[in-house]
Amino acid sequence: MVNGFAGKFLEIDLTNKNIKEITFSDKILQDYMGGRGLGVKILWDRLGNKWETIDPLGPENILLMLTGPLTGYFLGARICVTGKSPQGNGIVGSTVAGEFGVELKCAGYDGIIFTGKAEKPSYVFICDDHVEIKDASYIWGKTSRESLRYLVKQSINDIKKIHPNYGEFKEPSVLYIGPAGENKSRVAAVEAKYAHAAGYGGYGGVMGSKNLKAVVVKGFNSLPDVMDQDKMLELSQEFSDNCFRIEFFRRWGTGSGGYTFGADSSSEPVRNWQEEWHDEKSYKGEEFDKFWVKKYWGDYGCPVTCLKLAVLRDGKYAGAICDNPDYELEAFLGANLGIFSPEQNIYLSYIIEELGFCGIQGGAILGFTGELFQRGILSKEDLGGINLEWGNVDAFAELTRKIAFREGIGDVLTEGIYRAALKLEEMKKTEVLKYAVQLKGMAIGAHGLKSGKDMVTTTSIGYSVSVQAGDHTSSASLPIDGDGSELYSILSDSGIYCFFTTFTLEFDQIACFYQAVTGWELPKESWFSEKGLRILQLQRAVSLLGGPDAEWRSKQDDSLPSRFWEPLPSGPYKGESIDKNEFEKLKSEYYAAVGWNEEGVPTSEILQKLDLKDVELKLKKEGLL
Amino acid sequence: MSFISSELIDIEGVNNLWIKRNYEKCSGCRRCEIACSLYHEGKIWPEASRVRVFMFVPGVEIPHLCFQCNDYPCVEACPEEALSVNVHTGAVITDKSKCTACGTCINACPGRVPHLHPQNDYIVICDLCGGNPKCVVACQEGKWDALNLLKGIDVETEKTPAKIPKKLAYETARILLGEKTTEEVYEW
Repeated sequence: MVNGFAGKFLEIDLTNKNIKEITFSDKILQDYMGGRGLGVKILWDRLGNKWETIDPLGPENILLMLTGPLTGYFLGARICVTGKSPQGNGIVGSTVAGEFGVELKCAGYDGIIFTGKAEKPSYVFICDDHVEIKDASYIWGKTSRESLRYLVKQSINDIKKIHPNYGEFKEPSVLYIGPAGENKSRVAAVEAKYAHAAGYGGYGGVMGSKNLKAVVVKGFNSLPDVMDQDKMLELSQEFSDNCFRIEFFRRWGTGSGGYTFGADSSSEPVRNWQEEWHDEKSYKGEEFDKFWVKKYWGDYGCPVTCLKLAVLRDGKYAGAICDNPDYELEAFLGANLGIFSPEQNIYLSYIIEELGFCGIQGGAILGFTGELFQRGILSKEDLGGINLEWGNVDAFAELTRKIAFREGIGDVLTEGIYRAALKLEEMKKTEVLKYAVQLKGMAIGAHGLKSGKDMVTTTSIGYSVSVQAGDHTSSASLPIDGDGSELYSILSDSGIYCFFTTFTLEFDQIACFYQAVTGWELPKESWFSEKGLRILQLQRAVSLLGGPDAEWRSKQDDSLPSRFWEPLPSGPYKGESIDKNEFEKLKSEYYAAVGWNEEGVPTSEILQKLDLKDVELKLKKEGLL
Repeated sequence: MSFISSELIDIEGVNNLWIKRNYEKCSGCRRCEIACSLYHEGKIWPEASRVRVFMFVPGVEIPHLCFQCNDYPCVEACPEEALSVNVHTGAVITDKSKCTACGTCINACPGRVPHLHPQNDYIVICDLCGGNPKCVVACQEGKWDALNLLKGIDVETEKTPAKIPKKLAYETARILLGEKTTEEVYEW
């Protein structure tokens, strides 16, 4: 038994209803850790040689829910959901906070591998070694909230049958999809609670394509033993004390950003990124806190508790409850749609969650459609009678519903902005793609680059060379072992832990914790020039392979959405733009630093050095190298 | 441990310590469970924790642990005399060697607090860590203030009666989320 790991993974073949336990060698766990890293390894080994033929929404795709060695021990537990992405056709390590990973480990599993497709709507129920594929037809088509409520209630009854004399036990943890996921939307999220989401990547649609409504897990065992518990607890206390001292996130979460990223740093999407500045004081953090449930809210083990729960108790939208919009949702379901009312923003966040969308990708589609309406490319008739004017929250809510259920124009829009834009260009015989603010099939996170003042994405190449494209939580920068490096994102997504708990920490401190848990050393050098870099190369390779319906070539696609090349039209940084020469120079430097050739393809040299000869062969076979 | 007991007015038969819970403040971080299970089991073990955070509705988290009823119905009901009351703290103490895991105490408890140890055949109930409850330390150090240790006279003034987690969740949801939303989210 390896310390920190439960020691086995569940593999569930949904087509044949075959459930088995599998293991990975210590070497694989050492090299790829868990979460995103291990996911990339599993996907490459199983699908790599035919990657470009795999339909992300077909039964041949593999869906993974993976913990990491630090899950449950490190502050702030998360789980990684991954597979071949229906957005970017590569791999996105999409993570979500909550108790699921802890319950799963306590049930005795480090992760779950889903293959095939269930014959009818199903969910998987796990209570320790009791693993069952159950009928989900009753909740298929139901909203997120109704689905979750049913699943928890039903599962508590099922657990009682297994443990009739136990007394009360804590409720199980659930990952689930809403109607958007069921209808194979490429912008659907895998949700937890109300509604934490693994949004980037579109894995809600992958679950839907497998007829998999949810996974419910309850573990009665302890977390696995660790190598040096005293050391781990000492570090845990030290890291927690650091977090206790930082009050900023506890006060607002990221929820003060809806105003500040617009007014102060001019890097917030406003009306589909036509502007990045606003000075709407109605959108200040303190205007949101009127709708908060007044308490700190967090997930398992979290010392930061940056979350808020928002409730609309009265007014037109009374009854709406959701995670209080964080900055991304304030931006994408607010400013980006011309909405500057916290109440309306909360309502739309609630609708997005109820229907099972990623708030970022879903909000981007809404903003994109809003601009096409503004420009007369899409008419009220095209939208099934919706008057999609900026700021009209009811119109955006209705459009959201159409997208979730693929009604009318929703059938096109649910494919995500990149694919919808191509389809609309065909339908309307006019240029549309330039209004789709996306990279490699993914809408970009709510952090603009032109002002150069954004706190999150600080370099113009941040999204362009990232192996997760528009994902603002995995943006890239140089130096490769510096603070903003994508290899840090790979570390936190593979560990897995919430990086909001690690702002004050150096790599060596995290490595020290990792060693206390697993007993394995993790020298900085080995991560940045070997293990982490290897995961990066694999992700880059599958991104370049893409297919079957989209492929990306670095020359043109390691770029920026066309709108990002235009100067800022308003605000204190009006006129600021991204210097193309500087951008290209940085890009070349980045390519060289991570071992990619001028075309942005990993070189034979780096692939061989990292023991990735099969990747080299595959890239050569496909004419990429 | 010792400094707390020396502060106590040590009257036999009177609850001298009680953990006050403010459900409205619980963040759901479950660091109390981690602290408890580390102390009692030597490892992180959410289900073996003597305080467990129930979450029937996300956002409404209920840290559930022994209420130390004045009449101790669990102690009364135990057919094996495995349960007793610590006269200094007021905590219920389980004699593992006598406990047969029959579950009588679970049904006797108006809050259904006792539960079987997930691996072994005995019941687990909060023992107040002998006087310095680790869950309270974890909650207080993070300034969530959902769990508070009351001493002496405060115990009798502030102690609340035992209720089952669902009932507590329902009551707390009404306060936190409002009546309208409670109807929508809560159907237990």
